[in-house]
Amino acid sequence: MSALLQVNGLVKSYAGVHAVRGVSFSLNGGEILALIGPNGAGKSTCFNMLNGQIRPNAGSIKLAGEEIVGLPPRTVWRRGVGRTFQITATFSSMTVRENVQVALLSFHKRLRSALGYAGAAFLDEANKLLALVGMEAQAGRPCGELAYGDLKRLELAIALANAPRLLLMDEPTAGMAPKERVELMRLTAAIAREKGIGVLFTEHDMDVVFEHADTVMVLNRGELVARGTPQEVRRDPHVQAIYLGEGLLYDARHREESAQ
Amino acid sequence: MEFLLVQALSGLASAASLFLVASGLSIIFGVMRIVNFAHGAFYMLGAYVAFTLTDRFAGPLGFWGGVLVASLVVAAVGALMEMVLLRRIYHAPELFQLLATFGVTLMVEDLVVLIWGSEDLMGPRAPGFTGAVSVFGRLVPSYDFLLIALGPLVLGLLWLLFHRTRWGVLVRAATQDREMVASLGVNQKWLFTSVFALGVFLAAFGGALQIPRTTVSHAMDLSIIVEVFVVVVIGGLGSVTGAFVAAILVSELNAFGILILPQISMITVFLVMAVVLVVRPYGLFGKPEGAPRAAAGISIRPWRPMTNLERSGVAAVVVVVALMPLFAGDYTLSVGSEILVYVLFAASLHFLMTVGGLSSFGHAAYFGLGAYGAALLVKYFGAPMEAALVIGPVLGLVGAVLFGWFCVRLSGVYFAMLTLAFAQITWSVAFQWVEVTGGDNGILGIWPSSWASTPQGFFWLALAIVVVCVAALRMLVFSPFGFGLRAARDSALRSEAIGINGKSTQWIAFIVAGTFAGIAGALFAFLKGSVFPETLGIPTSVDGLVMVLLGGIETVSGAVVGAVVYKALAIWLMSKTELSKLVLGGVIVLLVVAFPKGIVGFLEDLRHRRPKAPGGAGSEGAVDVAKVEAAR
Ligand SMILES: Nc1ncnc2c1ncn2[C@@H]1O[C@H](COP(=O)(O)OP(=O)(O)OP(=O)(O)O)[C@@H](O)[C@H]1O
Ligand SMILES: [Mg+2]
Repeated sequence: MSALLQVNGLVKSYAGVHAVRGVSFSLNGGEILALIGPNGAGKSTCFNMLNGQIRPNAGSIKLAGEEIVGLPPRTVWRRGVGRTFQITATFSSMTVRENVQVALLSFHKRLRSALGYAGAAFLDEANKLLALVGMEAQAGRPCGELAYGDLKRLELAIALANAPRLLLMDEPTAGMAPKERVELMRLTAAIAREKGIGVLFTEHDMDVVFEHADTVMVLNRGELVARGTPQEVRRDPHVQAIYLGEGLLYDARHREESAQ
Repeated sequence: MEFLLVQALSGLASAASLFLVASGLSIIFGVMRIVNFAHGAFYMLGAYVAFTLTDRFAGPLGFWGGVLVASLVVAAVGALMEMVLLRRIYHAPELFQLLATFGVTLMVEDLVVLIWGSEDLMGPRAPGFTGAVSVFGRLVPSYDFLLIALGPLVLGLLWLLFHRTRWGVLVRAATQDREMVASLGVNQKWLFTSVFALGVFLAAFGGALQIPRTTVSHAMDLSIIVEVFVVVVIGGLGSVTGAFVAAILVSELNAFGILILPQISMITVFLVMAVVLVVRPYGLFGKPEGAPRAAAGISIRPWRPMTNLERSGVAAVVVVVALMPLFAGDYTLSVGSEILVYVLFAASLHFLMTVGGLSSFGHAAYFGLGAYGAALLVKYFGAPMEAALVIGPVLGLVGAVLFGWFCVRLSGVYFAMLTLAFAQITWSVAFQWVEVTGGDNGILGIWPSSWASTPQGFFWLALAIVVVCVAALRMLVFSPFGFGLRAARDSALRSEAIGINGKSTQWIAFIVAGTFAGIAGALFAFLKGSVFPETLGIPTSVDGLVMVLLGGIETVSGAVVGAVVYKALAIWLMSKTELSKLVLGGVIVLLVVAFPKGIVGFLEDLRHRRPKAPGGAGSEGAVDVAKVEAAR
């Protein structure tokens, strides 16, 4: 069986900046893959290429064997790729539930309809998705007044609305309290395993990464420098060198050791 | 051959003033992100003040001194406007700045007539440049050669100013990164004011230089501003070099367009602009804008459909209005019919602007196309009113299909300027294609069928059509399509990422809005019994914008209230004062600065204030806008 996502030789440069240089990896359904790396390593650029938002200079992205490079984001989404954004992007003039309803209407190809009240469409499904991410109590609130952590949760609900095969999450827990972070990732992992969704996520919080990822990839200056299980990656001297300046990996290891 | 060369020279001479004005607009936009509609008014003021000064002081010193002093005086007026008006609205959506500066334009138009009279004025010739030079046996005014040399000279001076002076370097830095310059301890306020003064100086200088070539008139402002918009859109907003190249391109197209398509010469220019925008959406030399500001119409309070109680209330109002013909007089009823027509026009623009987030500055095009569609059907095919009311708006639809396709590729100010430009195309076709449209004389004798020919009958007809159309638009807002449209407005990023084709959704909204405007236009033709090019003019477009704004840009039904209040006020004002533009301009400025949420928005704020927790709605709104911006 071929992998759900097969990425080969992805390259992206901006005038003078080589943001991503030759990234290749693969991801299976139900697998949770973390892409980590220091600020500016090219993680968001990778995500943006994967969902069609920016076009790579070179390389191929195969989703279940089909090439998706060159397709616009909306088509990639129709093929079953959901995503969340590093800086949340939601519909701030709508309620929380309406945000999800729009995604559901789009998924069911109902957005061209001029008849009927959209606020009454797919109510149950929308409520179910909101309950899944723990937002049912806030369903009627204006999205514009949500706290940042709640916006992140809403983004997850929206991303799940098209029953995706692949979920791309760019820093899904940034701006959340530590306890919330672990909860959200635990939830995501449970959904992914149950439904066989492949998850690619990036995260600066190493606790989250090492607890939930099946596999960890390390990106530095646009190049993948390591790939392996969390344990392997943590012990990799090359990775330690990259992260030493930031102290992140050291902290995570240190905490783990002192806990033992 | 010689003739072509002479034509080219004349084009180059016209390019000089166009470049001056356009570079001023471009510089202001580059630094302050404001599209200064009043730029045309400053150009006109430059010409008028220069006229007065050169008239008073003769001789070379009098002339050139007069031109220079006039430009400086107008620049000072511009600086004053920046300090008292623009500083208050830097963070408002672009639409508000365009509107506020348009309000100033209106005021200047009346003030100019008040001071200098409504007659066209003939300025003096430039001393030393009164003769003509023979080029291959044809005479070219020597003043033209001066202008031709002036363009590159000013371009060079501006380059030196921006690259070789401390001030210029700061301004360029501010264009790139405003926060950085602020953190350097540079007083951003004064940097802005000086940039604005420079831009206005260039506009006034361009106007002052025109007095030996053309008469000075109080309509100079609108004719130049449209050309300037075209120039900066082609050249790229913020680029002085782009303004230079595009000014030459546009002027030459004008000079030769007259030879190829004398009837509709404007069209060549607009066609070139359309092609440029499709190939390079930010103009030849422009750079993509950074994060666009929040689109108009994003409300903090989610919209909801009416409750049954509210529905009954609206029904009751409609019934009362429908009973009006039983007791109101003929005059009141015809005013009432006109208000109804504008309610539909405003509602259609509101749909595009508030629901779609696309602030059109040329919505009159579709109103006028509907009106002309109906009138042409009556005139050439002898169509009865019923048929003309149904088929006439199709012309509005066709126009919206065509122009909308180009327009929705852009957003923000580029969108506003392109819609304005397309509206001016249709206006110039109606104005210049005399054989078909009657030009300035319009088309007369468009009378309703006999059953609707009384003021009572027509009122009922208008009411029925308007109620059905407004209800349909409102239904559309809450339909799945309306949700998708709002999604595309709120966040282009997120909507694309959930499978919404934002451009095609907005195109459909543009067509819907254009069609409903066309229906209003067709009704208008039968109400007045005639059609004139003014139905397509900029003032009609702006009337629509003011109605939407007055009602409340963040509300679902503000446009209806805004149209009723505004139209009633305008008709009343017209009967009371000669200076209606001055008053109207003042109202617009006041509205933008003091009352940006409009009547309905204001009432809603009042209603929602009580149950709100302390903290203040103002700060919350600011946070929300910041979030919206960050999300883009
Ligand atoms: N539109 C752009 N134009 C020019 N350079 C860009 C652009 N977008 C990203 N870059 C550069 O590409 C590199 C990778 O950026 P990217 O956003 O992918 O990093 P990241 O790993 O997501 O960082 P972070 O952890 O801060 O989110 C950075 O050096 C960035 O400055
Ligand atoms: Mg990133």
